Amino acid sequence: MKDKMRKMPTWLSYLINAAFLFLILFGGMQIINSGRLSTYYIRVIILCGINIILALSLNLATGFLGQLPLGHAGFMALGAYSSAIFMRFACNVKMLPPTLMFPVGIVLGGVFAAFIGFLIGIPALRLKGDYLAIITLGFGEIIRVVLLNIDDVLGFKLTYGAASLKNIPKTTNFFNTFLLVGITYYVIHTYIKSRHGRATLAIRDNEIAAESCGINTTYYKTLGFTMSAFFAGIAGALYAGYLGVINPSGFGFMKSIEILVTVVLGGMGSMVGSIISATVLTAVPEMLRAFSQYRMIVYSLLLVVVMIFKPSGLMGNYEFSLTKILNKSGSKKKNKKGGGKNG
Amino acid sequence: MSVFTTIVSQLINGLQTGSVYALIALGYSMVYGIILLLNFAHGDIIMVGAYTAWLFMVNFSQSPIIAVLAAIVASTVLGVVIEKVAYTPLRQAPRLSLLITAIGISFLLENLAQLIFGAGAKPMPKIVNVPSISLGSVSVSGTALVTLVVSVVSMLLLNLLIKRSKMGKAMRAVSEDTGAAQLMGININRTISFTFAVGSALAGIGSVLYSAAYPQASPTMGGMLGLKAFVAAVLGGIGSVPGAVIGGFCIGIAEAGASAVGLSVWKDAVVFIILIIVLIVKPTGLLGRNLQEKV
Repeated sequence: MKDKMRKMPTWLSYLINAAFLFLILFGGMQIINSGRLSTYYIRVIILCGINIILALSLNLATGFLGQLPLGHAGFMALGAYSSAIFMRFACNVKMLPPTLMFPVGIVLGGVFAAFIGFLIGIPALRLKGDYLAIITLGFGEIIRVVLLNIDDVLGFKLTYGAASLKNIPKTTNFFNTFLLVGITYYVIHTYIKSRHGRATLAIRDNEIAAESCGINTTYYKTLGFTMSAFFAGIAGALYAGYLGVINPSGFGFMKSIEILVTVVLGGMGSMVGSIISATVLTAVPEMLRAFSQYRMIVYSLLLVVVMIFKPSGLMGNYEFSLTKILNKSGSKKKNKKGGGKNG
Repeated sequence: MSVFTTIVSQLINGLQTGSVYALIALGYSMVYGIILLLNFAHGDIIMVGAYTAWLFMVNFSQSPIIAVLAAIVASTVLGVVIEKVAYTPLRQAPRLSLLITAIGISFLLENLAQLIFGAGAKPMPKIVNVPSISLGSVSVSGTALVTLVVSVVSMLLLNLLIKRSKMGKAMRAVSEDTGAAQLMGININRTISFTFAVGSALAGIGSVLYSAAYPQASPTMGGMLGLKAFVAAVLGGIGSVPGAVIGGFCIGIAEAGASAVGLSVWKDAVVFIILIIVLIVKPTGLLGRNLQEKV
C-alpha cells in the first residue's frame, strides 16, 4: 500500500493511504450506524477483520520469514485469555474508564502473547522446517492444555477451563477492529520494507547465505516470530471482546490449520493475498451454511490442490499498491482495503 | 507389595501403548528417512485402518482375523495412493510445500471420515479373545499380551526385511543418498512407494492393536495418536528404526507414569514437554545421525 515511488514524495503517499483508510473506517461506521446492515452481516464483517489480522500475522512468520509455525492458535488463545481476564477484572473493580479498558486490554493481550512467543521462539527457532513446525505445534497444544487445567493447579478460578470464560465485556466493534487491521497492515508493511525486513526476506530465501552475509539470523527470526505472536495475540483479544465467551477448545490445532490455509491460499508473502483469502474464507462459509459439513473437506482439498498446481498461492507475492496506481494513472480510485472490509 | 504391583501393572500398560506408538513411529521414521517428509497423514491412516476393521466386523459381520487383514490391506493401499497422488508431484518442490500438502491430506482424511461415519465414536467389538494371565500378584490382560507379542514380531520381521532383503538394501541406499542410489540403478519411485507401503502396513497393525486396547474408532483418533508417535520417532532419532522402537516404549511408559501419579489430564502436555526437551538438548534424538547442512 505504501510503496516507495519516484513521482510522489513518501509523506504524500502515506497521507493519501491514511486518508483512504479513514475514509473507509468512517464510511463503514456510517453504513453500520445507519442500521441498514443486519447484525448478522456486521458479525461476518468483524470476523473477517479478526481473521485478516490473524492471516497477516501468520504471513509474517510463514511468508516473509519462511518458517512454518503450527501453534498460531496458541498465541491467539494467550491474547484472548489475558485480555479477557484483564477486562473482566477491570470491569469488576471499575479501576479504569471504559474507553481506556479496551486499548489496555488489547495491548496487554498482544504483549503477553509476544512475551510467550519470545520465550518459545528462542529455543524453537534453533530448529528448522519440520522440527520447527512440530515444536510450535507442541507448544500450541501445551498452551491449550494449560488453559484447560490451570484452575485445578492454582486452586482459584482464572480461566474456568472447559466451562468457558464467560461475561467478557463486549468491547470489539467495527471501528476498533478495522483500525487494528489498518495498524497491523501498516506495521508489517513498513517492517518488511525496512532494512530489518530485507534481512528477514534474505533469511527466507537462503538462511545460510544470509548468515554468511553477516545477518544475525537468530535475532531476526526471534523478532519476526515475536511480532507474529504479538499480532496473533491482538486478534485473540479482539475475538474475546467480540464473542464474550471463550473456550480453550476453540484454539486447538484445527484453528492453527485454518489460519495456515488462509495464508497459503492467499499466497505466502502477499499481504493482499492474505486479506482477500481471509475475507473470502470467512464470508463464503457463512453464506453457504447449508454445506457446512463439506467446508473442512473443501479447505483440505484446496490446500493440497493449491500446493500441487500453484505452490505460490493465488496472489503469489503480488502486493497491491495504491501509490503505484496513482502514479500510473493519476485518477484511478480503487482501494483493495475497501474490498476487504465490505466483502 | 502393592506399590510394586502398581508399578509393574503401569509398566505393562506403558509397554502396551508404547508398542503401538513404536509401530506407528516406525512408519514416520522410515518415511522421514527416505524423503525427509514429516508425513502428517500417517496418523490418519491409523484411523482408516480402525474404521476398516470396524466396518468388516460390524457391517459385514466377518471374523476378527479377516477384519484385521482387511485393515492392514486398506492402510497399505491408502498409504501408497497418498504417496502417488499427493507427494510424488511435489518431489522437487520446497519442503514447506510438501509439509503443507501432508497436513492437507491429513485433514482431508479426517473430514471425509467424519462425513461418512459421523463425528461420534463407533464402539469397536472385541478383537482379541485371549484370557488374561497372572504373574504373581500382577495380572496381565490378554490384549496387552497379544499387543506386545504382535508388535515385537512385526518389528523383528521389519528388521529382517531391512537388513536381509534386496528391497531393504535399496531402502537403506535411497535414504543414505538418493542421487547416488539412482546412479547405481535403484528404482527410486518403486523404493519410495515400497517404504510407504511397509510404513502404512505397520500403521494398520498398530491401528488394530490400538482399537483392541481402546475399543472405539473416531475420525480424530489419528491426530493425537500420530503426533505422539511422531514424538516417539523424534525421541529415538528420526530415520532410525531401533530408535523409533525405543522412543515408542519411552513415550508409552512416560504417559503411563504421568497417569499413575495422578496427572492424567496433563498426559498430552507431558509428551510434548518431552519433545521440546529432546529437540532443545539433542535434536538428533537418542540414536539419530547428525546431518551436516551443506550449502
